[in-house]
Amino acid sequence: MTMTTLPTAVGTREDAGGAAGSTPAAPSGPRRRRGPSASQWAAVGFAAPLLVYLVLFYAYPLWRNVDLSLHDYTIRAFVQGDPEFVGLDNFAAVFASSTFPAALWNTAFFTVVSIAFQFTIGLALAVFFRSSFRLSGFLRALFLVPWLLPLIVSSSTWAWMLNSDNGIVNSVLESFGIGQINWLTSPDTALIAVTIANIWLGIPFNLVILYSGLQNVPGEVYEAASLDGAGAWRQFRSITLPLLRPVSAITILLGLIYTLKVVDVIWIMTTGGPGNASTTFAVWSYREAFGTGQPDFSPAAAVGNILILVALVFGFLHLQLQRRQEAS
Amino acid sequence: MTATRPWWKTVLGVVFTALMLFPVYWMVNVSLTRTRDLRADPPHWFPWAPTLEGYEAVLAQQLPALGTSLLVGAGCVVLTVAIAAPAGYALALLNLRGGKTLSFLLLVAQMIPAVVMAMGFYAIYVRLGLLNTVGGLIVADSTIAVPFGVLLYTAFMSGIPRELLQAARVDGAGPWRTFVSVVLPVSRNSTVTVALFAFLWAWSDFIFASTLNRNGSLVPITLGIYSYIGNNTTQWNAIMATAVVASVPAAVLLVLAQRFVAAGVTAGAVKD
Repeated sequence: MTMTTLPTAVGTREDAGGAAGSTPAAPSGPRRRRGPSASQWAAVGFAAPLLVYLVLFYAYPLWRNVDLSLHDYTIRAFVQGDPEFVGLDNFAAVFASSTFPAALWNTAFFTVVSIAFQFTIGLALAVFFRSSFRLSGFLRALFLVPWLLPLIVSSSTWAWMLNSDNGIVNSVLESFGIGQINWLTSPDTALIAVTIANIWLGIPFNLVILYSGLQNVPGEVYEAASLDGAGAWRQFRSITLPLLRPVSAITILLGLIYTLKVVDVIWIMTTGGPGNASTTFAVWSYREAFGTGQPDFSPAAAVGNILILVALVFGFLHLQLQRRQEAS
Repeated sequence: MTATRPWWKTVLGVVFTALMLFPVYWMVNVSLTRTRDLRADPPHWFPWAPTLEGYEAVLAQQLPALGTSLLVGAGCVVLTVAIAAPAGYALALLNLRGGKTLSFLLLVAQMIPAVVMAMGFYAIYVRLGLLNTVGGLIVADSTIAVPFGVLLYTAFMSGIPRELLQAARVDGAGPWRTFVSVVLPVSRNSTVTVALFAFLWAWSDFIFASTLNRNGSLVPITLGIYSYIGNNTTQWNAIMATAVVASVPAAVLLVLAQRFVAAGVTAGAVKD
């Protein structure tokens, strides 16, 4: 773990206990007497707040969400608590909706393009920052800023920068002879506009993870390669990319999961519009439930549950990747 | 050549950073621009005649929102650490049965879209009358940080030498005593990281605030900005001034605790 180091006082006792791990090799007195069930009770006790928390604040809301998607919740039914059970009708309606193909395409575009650029730029910057130079640490820290800002801050800043009449982006483009682009209000560019903002937001995350991955590649490998006459590009292709593959896989996977969930950026910049031009599944769900004056929770929950299924698939993939990484 | 190389790299690095941070600069620039200059064409690249009218609007209108956000953030930190630290102890050092499954559940929990959680919470809160309450928002916001916190604590505490715990046991300390006087102090850095992120995520949260706390008398600063955008599209200097103020915690964190931040980003992704 790259995060923290133990205080030195802790490390000095390293050899004191020998094989004091989980296998009770030497039958030393006090350790034998401690019953496994007693320590298990302690473990359960310490985990109890978390278990209660997960049941109350994760399992229960999720169950309520499934419940919403299987009933026809009108506002009145919501308050009175007597909705009609409709089985999978909500899911059928979602799949048949004209928004579905648009949301599918937008989600795919938003996710794939965002990650492709975030990863490429993040990797390029990680390689750039790998060999330290004057100010490199300071500049790398500054790169974290976009990631730390509240999403509403960065999204509204981008919205103003991309404003059709008064935005700085159009003003710069104009000086290159490119006419006014209605970034956020034209159906042709709204999705591109939110994707650009999202790429900007994701670069720091990719940079930090890939950079720390690069730190684990021993410098001697590069020295040996350059002694053999390998140029920078060759080194990148034959050393950096292959050795970084496990970290890259996890970076991309986490990127996928985070990008699928994105609501704030799109909602604040375009509210998924114009029309459905920048509506992803997550935005669609948010809009049905909270975005209009007339909340329609049942289809929103259905869309949300589809998203959860997708997230679960990626969750298992993530586990698989980590297992393989530990095995190798 | 070796002498010049770092030099051009520094120049290039500064250029990259400047490009990357341009939106942040633009936010500050607009926040200082006079209302009548906002629509200037071309836009003013530098606030030649800086004004604080935007910030005056923030002070006049957004102070309660800032207070609410502080309160929500603080509550979220307390709740998250109180749940995550003991759970990490159980998972990492007390060999909790079923710990692997629990860790996996936490991993999956982090992947659940916030909008889904928001709907579930909304359905529950409507019945319990917890909509538009600060407590309800704290609980909802903490769901972002708790799984992360547990996993981070677990990862760190697994590295605590067992000898240290044994020494405590020999001295007659039970699991609770060991936790309080050995494990927690040693894990101080993890606590800082978890607390930082719990605060930052709660402070930045928009989805839960905009769904569970929309009509509350105490709205957080993210909603303050959002309602600004909705209500007056002319006063972008005030919007951007609020945005600048809302960014202060992030800036403070970056200056005071940069290594913890980087640690938090990598914690979930990189294992060694």
